[in-house]
Amino acid sequence: MNLYDIIFYFFAVVTIASAAVVVFSRNIVYSAFSLLFTFFGVAGIYVLLNADFLAITQLLVYVGGILVLILFGVMLTTNVVSVEIKTGTMQTLPATIIVALLAGLLGGIVWTTDWFVGKRLSEVTSQTTSKEIGTALITTHVLPFEIASVILLVAIVGAAMMARRERSNTNI
Amino acid sequence: MILNFMTITLTHFLLVSAVLFSFGVYAVITRRNAIMVLMGIELILNSANINFLAFSRFGGLNIEGQMAAIFVIILAAAEAAIALAIVLNIYKRFNTVNVDEVSILKD
Repeated sequence: MNLYDIIFYFFAVVTIASAAVVVFSRNIVYSAFSLLFTFFGVAGIYVLLNADFLAITQLLVYVGGILVLILFGVMLTTNVVSVEIKTGTMQTLPATIIVALLAGLLGGIVWTTDWFVGKRLSEVTSQTTSKEIGTALITTHVLPFEIASVILLVAIVGAAMMARRERSNTNI
Repeated sequence: MILNFMTITLTHFLLVSAVLFSFGVYAVITRRNAIMVLMGIELILNSANINFLAFSRFGGLNIEGQMAAIFVIILAAAEAAIALAIVLNIYKRFNTVNVDEVSILKD
C-alpha cells in the first residue's frame, strides 16, 4: 500500500461521504455546499487517473460555474428567511429498494468482470495531457468541438431569454 | 475472483463511480425539490466521467476517454444553465419548485 493507494482512498472517502450528505441531508443549503466537496473529491480522482487538464476543468466549470448556478437557484427559489428550506422526499422505500438493487447489480458486474487490464496505477507513466488534448481538439475532434461551442452559445442565449423577468405578461 | 483489495486497480475506480451513480439516482427519484434533482443529475454525470477516465487510463484508450469527458463537462454546463432557467420560470409561475406539484399538464 503506497502513497497512491492512500491518496485514492482519501479522495474516494471524501467523494462518497460528501455525496451521501448531498443525497440524505434535509437542508438544501447543506446539500449544495456538500456538493462542493464531492466535486473536489472527483477532481482528485481525475488527477489520480492522470487527467490533470480534466481536473482543472472540473474545478473551474463545476465548482466555479455549476455550483454557483445551483446556489443561485437555491437562494432564488427558496424562502431562506422562513422555515421552508427543508426539502421533502417521496417514495423513499421503493426508491431505496430499487437503488440498492441497482447498486448491487453495478457493483457485482464491476467486481466479477475480469477486466482487460489490471495494471497498477503507479506503474503507468505519468505525463501531462494538456498538449495532447489541445492537439486532438483542433485535429481529430474539431467537429465535436465546434458543435459544442454552438451548443453552449444556444444554451446560454436560451437560458438568458427564459430566465429574464418579463416586462409585461402580454408578450408571451 | 481473488483480488488484493488494498492495491488500486480499475475495479476500485468503477466501484466509486457505481456508488456515486446510485446516490445520484436516489436523489433524482426521491427528492421533491427540482434543484435537488439537478444535483443528482450532476452526481450521475460525474460518475460517468470517472468511468470514462478510468477506462481511458486502464483500457488503453489514451486520450479518447478524456475527450469524451470534456464534452460531458461542456454539456453539463449547458444543461445546468438551461435547467436553472426552467426552474426559475417554474418558481415564477407556480410559486414552488416541488416537481410533484407541477402537474397541470396531467389535468
